[in-house]
Amino acid sequence: MQPLRKGTWPGPARWQGLLPAAGLGVAAALALPVLTVAASVLQPTAEEITEFLRLVLPRYVANTLWLLAGVGAGTAVVGVGTAWLVSRYRFPGHRLAEGLLLLPLAVPAYLLAYTYADLLQYSGPVQSALRAWLGWERGYPFPEVRSLGGAVFVLTFVLYPYVYMLARAAFLDQSAGVLEVSRTLGHGAASTFFRVALPLARPGIVAGLTLVGMEVLADFGTVKYFELDTLATGVYLVWFSFGSVVGAGKLAACLMGFVVLLVALERLSRGRRRFDPLPSRGRPAADHLRGFRGFAALGACLLPPALGFGVPGGYLLWMAWWHGDPLWGPAFVRFAQNTFVLAASAAALAVVVATVLAYGLRLSPTPLMRFVARVVSLGYAVPGVVVAVGILVPFGWVDNALDVWARRWLGLSTGLVLSGTAATLVYAYLVRFLAVSLNTVEAGLSRIRPTLEGAARTLGHGPASVLVRVHAPLLRGSVFTAALLVFVDALKELPATLVLRPFNFDTLAVRVYLLASDERLAQASTAGLCIVAVGLLPVLLLNRAVARSREVASQPPSAVPGSTARVDVRSEFA
Amino acid sequence: MRTRLAILLFAAVVALPSAAPVVAQTRTLNLYNGRHYDVDQVLYDEFTRQTGVRVNLIQGDADQLIERIRAEGPNSPADVLITVDAGRLYRAQQLGLCQPVSSEVLNRRIPAHLRDPQGHWFGFTKRLRVIAYSRARVSRAALSTYEDLANPKWRGKVLVRSSSHVYNQSLVGAMIAWHGENFVQRWARGVVANFARPPQGGDIDQLRAIAVGEGDVAIVNHYYYLRLLNSANPADRAVAEQVGLFFPNQGVEDRGVHVNLSGACVVAASRNRDAAVAFLEFLASDRAQEVFAKGNFEFPAVRGITNPMAAVAPATLKEDTLNARVYAANGARALQLMVAAGWR
Repeated sequence: MQPLRKGTWPGPARWQGLLPAAGLGVAAALALPVLTVAASVLQPTAEEITEFLRLVLPRYVANTLWLLAGVGAGTAVVGVGTAWLVSRYRFPGHRLAEGLLLLPLAVPAYLLAYTYADLLQYSGPVQSALRAWLGWERGYPFPEVRSLGGAVFVLTFVLYPYVYMLARAAFLDQSAGVLEVSRTLGHGAASTFFRVALPLARPGIVAGLTLVGMEVLADFGTVKYFELDTLATGVYLVWFSFGSVVGAGKLAACLMGFVVLLVALERLSRGRRRFDPLPSRGRPAADHLRGFRGFAALGACLLPPALGFGVPGGYLLWMAWWHGDPLWGPAFVRFAQNTFVLAASAAALAVVVATVLAYGLRLSPTPLMRFVARVVSLGYAVPGVVVAVGILVPFGWVDNALDVWARRWLGLSTGLVLSGTAATLVYAYLVRFLAVSLNTVEAGLSRIRPTLEGAARTLGHGPASVLVRVHAPLLRGSVFTAALLVFVDALKELPATLVLRPFNFDTLAVRVYLLASDERLAQASTAGLCIVAVGLLPVLLLNRAVARSREVASQPPSAVPGSTARVDVRSEFA
Repeated sequence: MRTRLAILLFAAVVALPSAAPVVAQTRTLNLYNGRHYDVDQVLYDEFTRQTGVRVNLIQGDADQLIERIRAEGPNSPADVLITVDAGRLYRAQQLGLCQPVSSEVLNRRIPAHLRDPQGHWFGFTKRLRVIAYSRARVSRAALSTYEDLANPKWRGKVLVRSSSHVYNQSLVGAMIAWHGENFVQRWARGVVANFARPPQGGDIDQLRAIAVGEGDVAIVNHYYYLRLLNSANPADRAVAEQVGLFFPNQGVEDRGVHVNLSGACVVAASRNRDAAVAFLEFLASDRAQEVFAKGNFEFPAVRGITNPMAAVAPATLKEDTLNARVYAANGARALQLMVAAGWR
C-alpha cells in the first residue's frame, strides 16, 4: 500500500457535504419507481376489483407466507448445513464440493421450474418410466410438482447459495479460540455447533435469509408456472385481466409491506448487539472425516448442487441437443452480446453507486439518508415487471413534458429521450439489484475500523481522498463480489427486460421467454443453457475469491502482507 | 492511476451504446409484437421487399406492450400493435391506443365479425378453441358442446388450463354473451366439479395429459394439436395420434365453435399511418395469409385461402360469428366467475 500523503483532492470542507449529498441524490433517483408504485395505495380502486381482491387476497397472502416459510426453512437447513460441513471438516472432495455448491447461482429460477415441471409431471419422463416399469395405474401416490411443495423445492435449491455463501463466510470468520474453548468445556461437535457457532454466525445467516426472502417475494416465473397464487401472480392478474394499474399497485405495495416486515425482523434479531470484527487468531484445525462419514459428508454437499444445477442443466442440455433452437447460430452471438453488455454495465454502475451510497451512509447516517437507502433496497423484493411500470410511467411523463417544452420554445420535437433505450434498462437493473451491491459494500465498509479512517483524516485527508486512498484498496474484494452478484442477477433478469428493451434488441432470457410462452420448451432450452453457461464464469470467479480468502485466513496473520485483503466474501451482508 | 481507471470505466458505462429512440421515418415501421413465431419473420422480410419499408420489432407480452405504449404517450414510436387474441386488442382500444382505419381492402377481405366495427383493429387469423379427446376412451358421439362439459358424465375427466389465461376468458366471455351470467356461473361450477386435476400448464400440456390417461377431454386451441401432429419429434407425434379433435356446438340451431383471433391495430400515436395501413393490408394479402396458415396452422381470416385443417375439420364448419369485441369486453367478468367457481 502506498504511504498516505496529502493528495491533490480538494480540501475537506468542500467535500464534507458533497459526498453524502451525491449519495442522497442517486438514492432518491433510484427510489423513484418503488415510490411510484407505492403511491398507488392512495388512489381509489374500482368496486369490482375491491370485491375480487376480497375474494382472493386471503389465499394470496397465505400462499406467499407459506412459500416464504418453506423456502426460508429449506435454504436455512441446506445453506447452513453445507456451509458448516465445508468450513469445519475435511473430507474427500471437500474442495470440489465447496465450489460446486455455488453453481445454482448461475441458474434462473424459472428455468428450474420449467425443467422440473416437465420432468416430474404425470406425462413427464419420470412418471411415465415408473408406470412403464412398475405397471402402475392412475391414482398411485406421487407428489404433485405444480404445487406449493414443488415451488418450495425449486426455490430452495436455486436460492440456498445465498445462505451458504454468507454462512460459510461467517463460520470461516469465527476465531479458533471460541470453538476450542467450547470443546474443552466438554461440548461435543453438535453442541458446539448449536450453542456457539450458530449464534455467532447468526447475522450472516439472517442476512442471507433476508436476501432469499426478497428473491422469493419478487419471483414470478416459478409460481406462475406452478399455478401457485401468490401476491406476485396476483399483481399480474389484477393488472392485466382487470386492466387496473392501481389495483396491481396496491397488491405490490402489500408485497413491499412484507419486505419491510422482513427487514424489520432482521434488525430486531440483531437487536442492540453489535458484531464488530474480532481479530481472529487463525482458524481452528478442521476435523477430518474418514471412511463412511467422509463420503456421507461429500454426498450431503453434492446433493444440493446436483438438484439445483446438475439435473436442470443436464435436462436442458439433453433437450437442446435433440430439439434445440432453430435460430442457433449467429443470432445467438447477438443475444449473448446484448445480455453481457447489459449485465456488465449494470454491475459496474451498481458498485459505483453502492460505494457512494454506503460511504455517504457512513459519513452522515441521518434518518433521511437511512430511509432512502432502505427504500432503494426494496427494489430487490419487487417483481421486475412492477419495477418496469414504476419506470415507464415517470419516464414517459418526463419525456413527453420535455417534448412539449422543446416544441414550444425550440420549435423541435425531442420525441422520447429516455424511454425505450438500453440506458433505461440498465437503470431498471440498478433499481432491482442495487440492494445486493449495497449490502455487500456496506458490510465490507463496516469491517474497516473507524480508527483507520480517523488516522487518515487527522493527517489532513478529506472524505473523498480517504475513500479513494484508504477505503478503495481495502474494499476491493467486497466491490468485486458485489459486481459479480449483480452481474449474475442481471444476466437472469427477464420481466423488466421484456418490457423496457429497445427495438430489435433481444437478450438470452428474452429468447427463452419468447419460445417458452409459446409452449416450445424444448427449443427454449438452447437459450436457457446459454444463460447458465455465461453465468458460470462469474460464479467460478466468486468461488475463487472465496477460496483465496480462505487460504489467506488459514495462515497466521503475521505471514500475510496486507492481511486486510481478507475482506472478500466474508459476512458481506451482515 | 486507479482513479483514472475508475473514471474511464464510469464514462464508458454511461456512454453505453444506447439504442437511440427510433424516430418515426417514412422508411421504417415499428411493430410492438405480442405474437412471436419465428416463421412470421418471413412476412416482415417480404413486406420490406415489396415496399422498401424496414420493420423494427419489439416482441413481448401484449399486455405489457400495451402498458408501454400507454406510458410512452403521444410520442410513442409504436406504429402497429399485434396480439394473439381479441381481448388485448379490445383493451388497447378501450385505453384509446388504437386509431380507426377505413381501408377498402381490409373491409372487403376481413369478414365483419373478425374486425372492430369502427376499424380500430382487424383480425388476420382465426384460432378455434376446440375439444380434444382421447381416441381410445371417448367416442365422438358422446361429445357435443362446451355446455355439455359441465355434465356429470365427465366427472374426473376434464382438462383445461388456468382461468388466468386470456383464451379461457374469451371463451367464457362469449358464453356470457350467449347465456347470461347465471348460466355461466352454474356451468363453471359444473366444469370445476369435472376437473381431472387442478388446472395447470399450457394447452399442449392438456394434450399430453390426454395421451397418458390423466384425463379424457380437454379444451385447447386447435393449432397446438396440429403442431404436435407435424412435429419433427416422434414423441410429439405419438401424443397427437392418441388424440382426436372435436368441433363443438355444430348443431342446426347452435352457434358454432368459438373463434378467437390474432390481429393488429394502428397505434393512435403513430405518425407513420400510411406505412402502418399498408402493413395491415399486406397481412390480409393471399401471400401473408398462406404464411399464417402454414407457419402456425391457424385459419386464415380471408376466405378462399387453403385451410390448414382441411384434413381434420368438417367441410361445413360452423363458426361462432359473435364479434370479438363482445366477448373481449366480457373477459374480466368471465375471470371473476371462473375464480368464484374454484377454477384457479
